[in-house]
Amino acid sequence: MRGNDVIVRTGSKWLSFIIIMFSFFIFMSGHNNPGGGFIGGLMAAGALVLVAVAFGTKVLYRLLPLNYRLVTAAGLLIAVLTGVGSFIFDVPFLTHTFGIYHLPILGETELATATLFDLGVYLTVVGVTMTIILTIGEDV
Amino acid sequence: MSNNLIVLPLLIPLLTGIVLIFINRHRKLVRWVSGVSSIINIFIAASVVQNVRLDGVQILNMSGWEAPFGITFTADMFATLLVLTTALIGAACIFYSFYTIEEQRERHYYYALVQFLLVGVIGSFLTGDIFNLFVCFEVMLVASYGLIVIGGEKRQLRESLKYVLINVLSSTLFVTAIAYLYGSVGTLNMAHLSQRVAEVSQGGILTVIAILLLIVFALKAGLILYFWLPGSYQVPPAAIVALFGGLLTKVGVYAIVRTFTLIFYHDPGITHTMIAWMSGLTMVFGAIGALAYRDVNRILIFNIVISIGFLGFGLSTATEAGQSGVIYYLLHDMIAKTLIFMLAGLLIKAAGTEDTRQMSGWIRRHPALGWMFFVTALAIIGVPPLSGFVGKLLIVEGGLAAEQYLLTGIGLASSLFVILSLVRIFMNAFWGEEQEIHESAVQPSKKALVPGAALLILLVFIGLGAELLHPYIDQAGDVLLNPQLYIDAVLKE
Repeated sequence: MRGNDVIVRTGSKWLSFIIIMFSFFIFMSGHNNPGGGFIGGLMAAGALVLVAVAFGTKVLYRLLPLNYRLVTAAGLLIAVLTGVGSFIFDVPFLTHTFGIYHLPILGETELATATLFDLGVYLTVVGVTMTIILTIGEDV
Repeated sequence: MSNNLIVLPLLIPLLTGIVLIFINRHRKLVRWVSGVSSIINIFIAASVVQNVRLDGVQILNMSGWEAPFGITFTADMFATLLVLTTALIGAACIFYSFYTIEEQRERHYYYALVQFLLVGVIGSFLTGDIFNLFVCFEVMLVASYGLIVIGGEKRQLRESLKYVLINVLSSTLFVTAIAYLYGSVGTLNMAHLSQRVAEVSQGGILTVIAILLLIVFALKAGLILYFWLPGSYQVPPAAIVALFGGLLTKVGVYAIVRTFTLIFYHDPGITHTMIAWMSGLTMVFGAIGALAYRDVNRILIFNIVISIGFLGFGLSTATEAGQSGVIYYLLHDMIAKTLIFMLAGLLIKAAGTEDTRQMSGWIRRHPALGWMFFVTALAIIGVPPLSGFVGKLLIVEGGLAAEQYLLTGIGLASSLFVILSLVRIFMNAFWGEEQEIHESAVQPSKKALVPGAALLILLVFIGLGAELLHPYIDQAGDVLLNPQLYIDAVLKE
């Protein structure tokens, strides 16, 4: 039975978006500032857990119909494939590269393949954390 | 040109494991993918061995960072031979699982976990960085936690709790030891470590760290600190125990060999004597355990303990014969232990009981299984034309050369106890009057014998083709005896 939790629900509606945005910011800034895929992923999982706590897991699944085990596997696959890419260019495994590109809106931007590896870490962390929490949560 | 071939034996199981998570629902596809990838991996591992044979120690600097600063994968002959053996054992266990693992387990990512276990084991063999060794150990251990608890029987839960506890403790000790080591010499690359330890000529604090590492690896390998082993290895199904018995403890042995031939070889008076006595006691306790029990699995588990003791003794002699004996015996023992656990698994399934006193006359119902078990037992004991002989002979030779007469005696006596324990299983289970079939017995599929037969042929080949293998073993032994070869390959390119 759920009590009157209108404050929690209203608050978490705003907060979860802010947390997701912040996790994305942390993820993108990992190269030159503290942050990166691991902490970003944990924070995103935190936002999802907040939704699950405030609205219940059913609402979470309706919002984001994801199988988190596959999210983990996708993250691993992305991370490994960025390493495997080095086979094509005949350089040692896991060699990463970067280039400076002119993007619309953003202007001069440094794009590095290490970010793709980090994206893999991000997805893996989100997947693992959500799998653990939802598996334990749904058993009860 | 880059040496990316070296990383492939690790990469293939890793990618396969990931893909298996995606296709987990399609059982047939999962079996096909894991079977095919395991066979491909054998060929790749074999080609790496051949490369090392032709061109000496191969290295791969990950990401192209030069040796002491990046992670280096070092493929010397010793490591690559073990990688090849691991690939063979992995393939055999995967094919054996097709016929013995229940659907329930398969649905819970069984094959993916097996692939990740192989990733950890192969990574541990290939890596040239001590912290990366820790990471690979953890990959292997986390996968083995999954495999030991999968199925969720009551006794599995109890034993996996002990197994996880002891391994978390030993991993913590491992990290602590690495921290001390890094604090005192300031590097993690094994070749660089070896150089720096040689420069400061292994003083008191480094010997203490060496002993701490010895304790950690002894916990993993079951060298005297084997108290967790009999319980944990008894609960999972045969395919998983075969994998564990063939690989996990042997990775610990590999780590001991690597550490004490590459890094801490300057003060053998303390460390090697310690290994020698630990091994002696391990053999004695293992022999007592092997004789004390009547359960097929327990007897075989204590046989693992005996062989770990024997390997440790071979290492501690630090002679040329002893080192090549260790390599020879390690390769033989990995395959032989996997095989005997596979066969014992089929026997237990067919008999419906683990107790040798309740089995009798199985030779008439399963002649092939019986004779395969017999030949494997002879190979483990070390009867001359078979594989265990050469390794044992060399280790004994090394022991005599190092004038370790008492320990050599224990080593030889332990062979007698191995004979007694294995022949006891064989005589009780296969000879005698045919007995009524136990109510919980399941007729195992005849096809499950095929991967076992493949391993048996391999064992016979290792014994008969010792002459063919000799140059490979020699090359592996060279690097163990002259760490400078390893250091030069890694640091001067």
